[in-house]
Amino acid sequence: MASLTNRSKVLEQTPLNLMERLYLPSIFKGMAITFSHIFKKKATISYPEEQRPFSPVFRGLHVLNRDEEGRENCTACGLCAVACPAEAITMEAAERQKSEEHLYREEKYAAKYEINMLRCIFCGLCEEACPKDAIYLSETFAPSNFTRQGFIYSKEQLLIPDPNTEKEKYQVAKGLREVHKKNK
Amino acid sequence: MTILQIDFFYFLEKLLLIGGVITFSLVIAMYTTYAERKVAAVLQDRLGPNRAGPFGLLQPLADGLKLFFKEEIIPLTSNKLLFVIGPALAMITAMLTSAVIPWGSTVNMFGRNVSLQIADVNIGILYVFGVVSLGVYGIMIGGWSSNNKFSLIAAVRGASQIISYELAMGLSLIALLMMTGSLSLKTIVEQQMSGGWGGFLGWNVLYQPLGFLIFLICVFAECNRTPFDLPEAENELNFGYHQEYSSMKLGFYLFAEYINMFISSAIVSTLFFGGYDIPFVNETTLAHTLGGNVVALLGVAALLAKIVFFLFFFMWVRWTIPRFRYDQLMDLGWKKLIPLALANMLITAIVILWLNK
Amino acid sequence: MSILEILFWFLTALALFGALMVVFSKNPVHSVLWLISVFFSISGHYILLNAQFLAIVNMIVYAGAIMVLFLFVIMLMNMNTESEPQKSKWLRIAASLSGGSLMLVLVAALKDTSGKVTGVFKVEGNIGLIKNLGQVLFTDYVLPFEISSVLFLSAMVGAVLLGKKETNSIIS
Repeated sequence: MASLTNRSKVLEQTPLNLMERLYLPSIFKGMAITFSHIFKKKATISYPEEQRPFSPVFRGLHVLNRDEEGRENCTACGLCAVACPAEAITMEAAERQKSEEHLYREEKYAAKYEINMLRCIFCGLCEEACPKDAIYLSETFAPSNFTRQGFIYSKEQLLIPDPNTEKEKYQVAKGLREVHKKNK
Repeated sequence: MTILQIDFFYFLEKLLLIGGVITFSLVIAMYTTYAERKVAAVLQDRLGPNRAGPFGLLQPLADGLKLFFKEEIIPLTSNKLLFVIGPALAMITAMLTSAVIPWGSTVNMFGRNVSLQIADVNIGILYVFGVVSLGVYGIMIGGWSSNNKFSLIAAVRGASQIISYELAMGLSLIALLMMTGSLSLKTIVEQQMSGGWGGFLGWNVLYQPLGFLIFLICVFAECNRTPFDLPEAENELNFGYHQEYSSMKLGFYLFAEYINMFISSAIVSTLFFGGYDIPFVNETTLAHTLGGNVVALLGVAALLAKIVFFLFFFMWVRWTIPRFRYDQLMDLGWKKLIPLALANMLITAIVILWLNK
Repeated sequence: MSILEILFWFLTALALFGALMVVFSKNPVHSVLWLISVFFSISGHYILLNAQFLAIVNMIVYAGAIMVLFLFVIMLMNMNTESEPQKSKWLRIAASLSGGSLMLVLVAALKDTSGKVTGVFKVEGNIGLIKNLGQVLFTDYVLPFEISSVLFLSAMVGAVLLGKKETNSIIS
């Protein structure tokens, strides 16, 4: 049969010579290779004690952001829900009252904000769609759960800790976002 | 003091020695499982068990405890009696061989010369062969009584493999026996110790390299170790002949394999590597300066070092070489090793005759 | 009783019991295993006779190799009482007759040796040791020894012939 592409190679199989048929030299070669691996650097990371750093483009669990004064950024505009290809985000908007100005940055806020983590594909389109820098994907995994209901994260679970009252937790949740932003 | 015409202290001494050797081989087998995992890890750029205790040294204890507390399952359609006898036989035959291995020379204790060998029988090597040939029964009975197709196939494989390689093993040793002229393991060790360079030049491996190679390959096959672990080929037989076993009965099978490894290493070191001979050291002159007991214990340590090396070798090979196909295994055993061993025998005989002329 | 005598009677009882169990076991695999125990006790007797070589060879060859092949065949055939054809009445009568006459002959032959049984407890004989045995085999009995090896050779050739692939058979 004529070859179509001229790229095929004819495999030449010569019968093994005596040295090859003895197998011992190749066995010794193989054993030398495995032995040399004793002295190589170990690839293992002892997980709970040591943790692998996240990649700068890692997209983990969602976080609803606050500004420096601890006010929620989200205005419940619904752009993230529209952008979401998996339709994982639902929300209900509410108007800010007079006494709530220290809680919400804009006049409108999300009274209910839910993300179904089983539907979410962690594409990050919500983060790109958000005009208020209110939602971003952090450096944590979604933890396991016993029920499907448990994977529907409510607003309280998503909200970042208050920077004024719980400063350390806020920093942890914030992660390396600012650092990565600067490096960009 | 004699009971039934037997020296009571002699009896006690042997009992203690037997107990010591059994405990010792069990402990070694335990830590061989640990070493296997550690060596496997190290050869594959991993860390291996390191959680239980420092460096994971308590891992074998944890594993043993786990096996003890597992549920004991005896399949309903199995042959119950034989199902229980199987692992016991495997363990017994694994242990029996240690009786004729000289673990060291004599130690002087409480005015008695205690030989560090349980029984110096004049047919030592043949005894080893006898016990090894019985090792098949543990596998066969266990595999058959499980009433499982995979177990049965594994048992048949194991049995035919062990019988086939026993032949080559025996033939490779005949050449060695022609040189030593004795079947007693103690005599063989003492002959090697009398060689030059503190015994090193007397080591049989220098005179019987081909015999050693054949013997080593056959030992791998007899212990069901990779590349000859066809009775336990997971991807073909699920788990092998001990598939239906659980709890400590499974543990016995696994343990027996490691004890077999330990004993085989001991026999290889005894036959070919001088046993308890310390290389480059003249034991008799050292005994004058350090005392006989110290030298005897050093000899035991030397034997142990050799055994540990061979145990490492077993693992090293396991994590390097892939498994044989069954026809290749039979081909190697019957068509390669047996003719080679016969040729080795012939050459040795000719050389011995020529030297004696 | 000396320890040797105790051992002798123990091994004898074991051998006889095992031999009886070989005959009376319903399960062929059990029969084979009892036969192995018989071989073991006979090996023990050899050791009592100071014939270690014979004892261990008995163990290697019979218990280690031949009985494994027995087991092999029986395990693979998977025999049980339902699938085995029942023997006819006449066959049973014939079998018990021939067995009984064989026993009669054996008893008659062994009747006169009763005076020599005490010799069993002597451990002085050295013929079972490997050196003496080899010397006897290669001097006094060299001809029968070599002839038996020819027998083995012919058996081996036969086995190879049976196991060989037929290259020009009718099917191909």
